[in-house]
Amino acid sequence: MPDIQAHVNDFVLKLKRRKIEGSQATARQTAELLRAVVSHQRLPYTNQALALLDAVRDVGEQLIAANPVELAVGNIVRRVLHIIREEDLTSVASAVDGLGLSTNSDDDDNFEHDDHPILSAAAVAATARSTLRAPSLQTLLEGLPESASAPRPSSSGGDSEGKSKSAERKKLKHDVIEAINELIQDIETCHEQISEQAVGLIHQNEVILTLGRSKTVKEFLFAANEKKRSFRVFIAEGAPRYQGHVLAKELVAKGLQTTVITDSAVFAMISRVNMVIVGAHAIMANGGVIAPVGINMVALAAQRHAVPFVVVAGTHKLCPLYPHNPEVLLNDLQCPSDLLDFGEFSDCMDFSTSGGSPLLHVVNPAFDFIPSKLVSLFVTDTGGHSPSYMYRLIADYYSTDDFVVERRIKS
Amino acid sequence: MTMIIKQSKPSVLTHQTRLGDDEIFMAIDPETKELLYYEDKVDLSQRLILLDKMLLVENGAISLHNDKQDCYVDICSLGVLDLFVDNFDYQHLRRHFVKGLLVDDIMGCKIFTHEIQSSYAARVDNFRSYDTISKDIVQRWTYPFVPDVRYLGNGLQIKLDREGIYKAPDVVQSRSAHIDAFTVLGNATTVGDNTKISNSVIGQGCIIGHNVVIEGSYVWDNVTIEDGCKLSHALICDGVHLREGVILEPGVIISFKVEVGQNIVVPTYSKVSLLPQPSKQDSDEELEYADTNTGAIESTSMATVMNTSKLDFTLGTLDAKISGKPELQGSGPGYIWSSSEGGTEEECRQSIAPIPAGKLLELLQSKIYDNNAPDQDMINTPASGELLPDSESTFGDGDDDREYVDFEKEVEATFQRGLTGVEKENVILEINSLRLSCNMEQADCAGALFHSIMKQALVAPYSCKNELYANAIKEIIKWGDLLKHYLTTADEEFEVILKFEDICLGTTRDFSPLFSNILTFLYDKEILSEKAILSWAQEKEGADESDKIFTKQAEQFIKWLREAPEEDEEDDADD
Repeated sequence: MPDIQAHVNDFVLKLKRRKIEGSQATARQTAELLRAVVSHQRLPYTNQALALLDAVRDVGEQLIAANPVELAVGNIVRRVLHIIREEDLTSVASAVDGLGLSTNSDDDDNFEHDDHPILSAAAVAATARSTLRAPSLQTLLEGLPESASAPRPSSSGGDSEGKSKSAERKKLKHDVIEAINELIQDIETCHEQISEQAVGLIHQNEVILTLGRSKTVKEFLFAANEKKRSFRVFIAEGAPRYQGHVLAKELVAKGLQTTVITDSAVFAMISRVNMVIVGAHAIMANGGVIAPVGINMVALAAQRHAVPFVVVAGTHKLCPLYPHNPEVLLNDLQCPSDLLDFGEFSDCMDFSTSGGSPLLHVVNPAFDFIPSKLVSLFVTDTGGHSPSYMYRLIADYYSTDDFVVERRIKS
Repeated sequence: MTMIIKQSKPSVLTHQTRLGDDEIFMAIDPETKELLYYEDKVDLSQRLILLDKMLLVENGAISLHNDKQDCYVDICSLGVLDLFVDNFDYQHLRRHFVKGLLVDDIMGCKIFTHEIQSSYAARVDNFRSYDTISKDIVQRWTYPFVPDVRYLGNGLQIKLDREGIYKAPDVVQSRSAHIDAFTVLGNATTVGDNTKISNSVIGQGCIIGHNVVIEGSYVWDNVTIEDGCKLSHALICDGVHLREGVILEPGVIISFKVEVGQNIVVPTYSKVSLLPQPSKQDSDEELEYADTNTGAIESTSMATVMNTSKLDFTLGTLDAKISGKPELQGSGPGYIWSSSEGGTEEECRQSIAPIPAGKLLELLQSKIYDNNAPDQDMINTPASGELLPDSESTFGDGDDDREYVDFEKEVEATFQRGLTGVEKENVILEINSLRLSCNMEQADCAGALFHSIMKQALVAPYSCKNELYANAIKEIIKWGDLLKHYLTTADEEFEVILKFEDICLGTTRDFSPLFSNILTFLYDKEILSEKAILSWAQEKEGADESDKIFTKQAEQFIKWLREAPEEDEEDDADD
């Protein structure tokens, strides 16, 4: 689709030039773009799901390659792929149920001269359904008779078939788009859902420590404040961007008692703190966290002084990859002019007089990796979880086939 | 129009910016940020800028900067285009257009500046800036325009790997290869065993052999570098093939598709290309080259280098139109472009290679010397204080010696003219006028004239000091009157003696053994009086040993003078 390709190119360019800031914004825009891709995609008669999957995978690969540091893009792509698979299975399941169990037949003959997607997916549907639902005796027993009783498409009338087919085709797209809408909704409201749990976590007269400025943390603290919990906040400023200063202003505007400290003072002040609450850039499959730089230090300080370390993040930040995966770039070295003024130090970087080899290097990493053992609790929009549970959430949101988003080589 | 500028301190030693240009002096109004004065070709030996005092009248305050880098990014209003339509002979944007606008009162156009702090902007216009800006990009000052972000949307994804090395996919690197941080390796490049690469950018598809050392170099695509090569601070373009053992000295530039044979050492700052150097010289010099078929003077160094490589090679025949020489370097042809205008001075300022340590030391020492020399007050600045944009100030020099040297040269030139048959009176007139214009004393004239005479003595060929003595005598006899004209007081004669000492010590050592003889002769000829000679000897009594060399030599004569003055006086008195 030429027009959709133009949109994709625009978005890819924005991602490449790092024009979009923040995981939430990126995730939402990715989801909207993929929704547009799905709705524009013309589906063939058969193997609709495959066609959709290919289309989304195609676009997804471009998006991920544009900004490999922003893991939220990959997360959303994989979520959409998972949605497609899911919807496909549920529509198959409902079709199977709808048509009823008519006859047992010789599987081979019937299977061969039909091009109905339902039949080929039936076997898949049966096995897949058992993974969608929690495995229980019921589903296990259900699995067997289902596959045996394959409906015969030729027995049904042609018109009703055609109608059902087109209905299914439209239904699949429709369902997928609905599900993506839900996803977008989730992304946009993740802050509210997380904030609802604030009251349970923050108690009276507590001292909270945070670093930098996370929108999720901000909403979290505001929610607790609304419920009339009285607490104080220590904010580590978060060099080199010093976003902690901005957060301090916002908290004071809401009437919260705030103390601003430098990042290097965290170890000195940690003993006065009851709980540490921070945001994250991404959560890996093993429960490790990629967070703004400096938070690893805070986590170590918290562990040293036995202070609970809570990470708040929406589920769009949950990444199905493990940190040892070479595809995952754990860090992003950004512009050194945040640290040092170029003009002041330009004489240290005069290569003509210093022998050609630069003596002054300025490095500005954007992220830190926090191992899962340092994290006490994850607060997501689906509730609070321990780090060892995060891998289970992955199965809910992602399919294993999608972990590697690659264009399938068409033979 | 608004000019974008960025703070970037120039080097104190070399007075050039990071990007190889000369320091730029700007006067900016601190409130409105208007550009009031712009000068990029300051004569640094003068250490003088002239500002129109009307600037201070119009603007409340001016801040002068020499630490700003011109980014050559200008945001123009539509009126700028109209100006260009009217004046289509602006050749240089800054020197002609900007300076013209600044001085021009009629049009009333204003130029403003905008200083960028955390953004980065620069222009590549010579090899030094290519090197500096490449290093800035690799150090991520230009984020997000960095090698591992596909900002322009093309090319393969380069990853910033561990240890700070940028690696494209499909790089094959040997385990024993040692690659330093801040190096970029392009797609499908192979690096051999024990190779060391540091601070360099390697392009796509390169094949780098074993035991190669690459330092601070830029290697473009599809280059083959065989085993044992050493590259430092070189630029190698696409498709080049360097055979085994080639050594490239700092600052070498090898153009597209050149093949360099085995074990060749390419000298510093040379440019090697398959195409001949575009000739900027006039026909006389071309004919010169056409005559010397073998071993032209510039490339003797190259020839000797070639000989040491123990390879057979033949010098190609010289075409009259070509100013470089085609050399077969082992296996491929190529031209070595000689460094043309400016010589090695310009080369090392604007080359990829850093300025060599020896030169830096030299600059440092000359700087210390300059600081020690007394600073003269600017008594000779033009009184009106006009804006002289393009003039080089010849007044108010801080350095007195230089003026004298100039004067001396002028006197010598006049003397030379005198030799060709100009009347002595005219020569005297000329020297007098020179004296007035350069604000010199009579003594200086005498000294300079004496210097010229002595130099003249050297011109005639001589094989031993006797002959030199004879020559000197001849010259002194010839020009004695002229000299006497200026030697009216003992002070001037004193000056001449000192000058003679200088000559013997400095420029022409051949005269030193003849010092006392010539002194005697000068006395006999009554050019120098005994009073002067005696006071000179007196003066030298208290001096160091090294200064006393000539007094020692002339001791005999001085003694005789002391002992026998009465005789002369008596003689004179008698007469």
